[in-house]
Amino acid sequence: MSKKLPKVPVVIVGMGWAGGIIASELTKAGIEVVGLERGKERQVKDFLMVHDELRYQHREDLMQDLSKETITSRNNGKMKALPMREYGTFIVGDGTGGAGTHWNGQTYRFLPYDFEIKTMTEKRYGPNKIKPGYTIQDWGITYDEMEPYYDKFEKMAGISGETVELYGPRKNPYPTGPMVKTPIMEDFEKATKNLGYTPYVMPSGNLSEPYTNPDGISRAACQYCAYCENFGCEYGAKADPIVTVIPVAKQTGKLDLRTHSNVTKIINDGKKASGVIYVNTITGEEFEQPADVVVIASYVFNNVRFLLNSGLGKPYDPTTGTGSVGKNYCYQVTAGSSILFFNDKQFNLYGGAGALGIEIPEFTGDNFDHTDVNFIHGAGIRVTQYGNRPIANNTVPKGTPSWGAEFKKQSIKYANSSFPVKIQGASMPHEQNYLDIDPTYKDAYGVPLLRMTFDYTDQDKELVSYMVKVTRKIAEEIGADHIESIETQGEFNVNKDSNTHNTGGVIMGADPETSAVNTYLQMWDAPNVFVVGSSAFPHNSCFNPTGTLGALSYRAAEGIQTYLKTGEPLV
Amino acid sequence: MADKDKHQKQVPDGSRRNFLKNSGLTVGGLVVGGTIAGLLGANPENNNQGVKNSETTSQGYKNPNEALMFFTPAQYQTTQAATERIFPKDEIGPGAKELNVAIYIDHQLASPWGINAKNYMLGPFYEPAPTQGPQLRILRKDMFRLGLQGLDDYSQKKYQKVFTELEAEEQDEVLVDFEEGEAFQLTAGLSTSVFFTILKTLTIEGVYADPMYGGNKEMQGWKMRNYPGTRMSYAQEIVEEKFVKLNPESLRSHMGQ
Repeated sequence: MSKKLPKVPVVIVGMGWAGGIIASELTKAGIEVVGLERGKERQVKDFLMVHDELRYQHREDLMQDLSKETITSRNNGKMKALPMREYGTFIVGDGTGGAGTHWNGQTYRFLPYDFEIKTMTEKRYGPNKIKPGYTIQDWGITYDEMEPYYDKFEKMAGISGETVELYGPRKNPYPTGPMVKTPIMEDFEKATKNLGYTPYVMPSGNLSEPYTNPDGISRAACQYCAYCENFGCEYGAKADPIVTVIPVAKQTGKLDLRTHSNVTKIINDGKKASGVIYVNTITGEEFEQPADVVVIASYVFNNVRFLLNSGLGKPYDPTTGTGSVGKNYCYQVTAGSSILFFNDKQFNLYGGAGALGIEIPEFTGDNFDHTDVNFIHGAGIRVTQYGNRPIANNTVPKGTPSWGAEFKKQSIKYANSSFPVKIQGASMPHEQNYLDIDPTYKDAYGVPLLRMTFDYTDQDKELVSYMVKVTRKIAEEIGADHIESIETQGEFNVNKDSNTHNTGGVIMGADPETSAVNTYLQMWDAPNVFVVGSSAFPHNSCFNPTGTLGALSYRAAEGIQTYLKTGEPLV
Repeated sequence: MADKDKHQKQVPDGSRRNFLKNSGLTVGGLVVGGTIAGLLGANPENNNQGVKNSETTSQGYKNPNEALMFFTPAQYQTTQAATERIFPKDEIGPGAKELNVAIYIDHQLASPWGINAKNYMLGPFYEPAPTQGPQLRILRKDMFRLGLQGLDDYSQKKYQKVFTELEAEEQDEVLVDFEEGEAFQLTAGLSTSVFFTILKTLTIEGVYADPMYGGNKEMQGWKMRNYPGTRMSYAQEIVEEKFVKLNPESLRSHMGQ
């Protein structure tokens, strides 16, 4: 019933960071590209009314419409998975720019340790350090090979930051200097230096100064207006595909961008794809878009769902450990923070930026000795200042009722007088944490939903128990009238946990038996299909994923160009 | 000008009074029609004064947003009373009632959010584990109505009065029981704690959301916590050691003329 359209060299599914970067790189090289985006077109000038906490943060204006599509979730394989009916935890983007519009802008590189995690862990601690059940594996690529792609992404996006000695070596400094230091960041800096650590200002995609990138795109500096995560930037100061790669691709005249185009299937014979089927969400018309190369560049969840629903690749089987599509779903850990309350001090916490913060590198990756602990990897320990919007930020000391006179008094008292020392902890893959197709629930187009089976592992809990001692020590060194710590990581709660860094499911590697794509994110089983995004991460590090996602997108763009010439698998 | 002002003062005042007089709804000064009584409040004598005050502001124009698009008058009053207990007036500043939180909630329930327009609503529906989020077939607007009815029914059961007639401490007792969700069910399988959670969330939203949504009257919610609203830049203030207090601005200020 679908209307067959003329064949094109490349079709890209999803126009966020991954799709935008690939569209930009291919069209600059003269290649015709069709970009399919299920949501609407967005531009910076749309964001005049963006300082609206209710609309954007609590009514999720920029997010995927869950009435059309969601995921189902359960904590383990014995439970019945149920749909995420409303937003609580993950915020999934929609429209041009995707999650690259509503992100905070924290832009890290992963560590050399991340890319060779299995090899390096076994080398330092012996073969038994990685416990049974943890499907930790190397990425098939080294940090040194990734470095030029990180560099490219950072220059395109204009990342602001300072070089950190304990992290992977950089060929170039960050293209713009670090963000400002606010009083709470200075408090953290002083305390951590006293304790012998080396704090640095977090790398930021919210520009610290005006910047013109190598594509000739000029953007203004961040105004610290406090509306980043969940919001679009009305200044274009926050790096976003809609102010960087998408306009560049459009300017070539080679990008045919089709919004309201919801892809439902990759047409394939198991060895090669011939195109995709999509529905115009406004008219209901169905189209077939044939292409030489199919690039799947949607969010993690749909990257996996497209492959499984289209019968591409080998589905992961948690009972045998075989297959790779859906394997190594990872998240991050965020318990373990210590909150400081001040009685007589007020900070200007109403101002902020999504990537404004300060952090220490000493507890990331393998930068400390893990011999005597029951976990590997680590956490970034940090103080951030995003801007305390008033609906979302009502921190009160433990024991305060959650409503009534006392709640009002305490929540207003501490509105500008409280901040946490937080952790962002790495998430290691486990054989029982995975993604597959839900047997019951379907989306608005009749396509089965993705099912997530996930809970925090012992590794995660051990990591939190260790890191909370560090955040407590730093909080005490800063000094406050009252300090509270979140001591333990509870069960995963799809409605409450606040991290939105989902990874894995179409993981990269050097071995077709244990990975779904090679290091160009080209499918082992279908060489004209590239699956691009943080779905390729074999584990999640203790950093925000976008920097690595961006770097891998540049590498994939290079691979696609080579493939278009040779028609051969790249490795 | 003077004549015009006089005219504006007298006409609405007189017309409302005349309407009540002539409409046959009053018996010895008491309003007997449920709707009219509800609209104007419990005491019609006060209302006559209220009419005078409310219709004769110096601008001669009241905020048209302060009207109901969803609630019945009784539901509105119950919502005012319940939200005031969640966020009460005190020495810091106004409570939910003065901040127009019930107007905010009314507008939200009339909006697409009230009919769960962006939620996944396909079945089947099962009882969730605590980690799986709400699994409710009922729409928010219907649940809220049942919740308000439940506040009255439970108050009757416990104190032989409707919720708005209770003393503040009694209202708190009812709300605590609703929060715990053990004492009473709204309907088969629908816990009062689900309603309470939504009531609490909506109250905080109504205190602090942009005033264009109907609550946070005159940005007083923001003023109480020294929140400056939706200003375009804090590049100066953010590096200041000292706290910088700014007058709040709402989204209206971004509209230009």
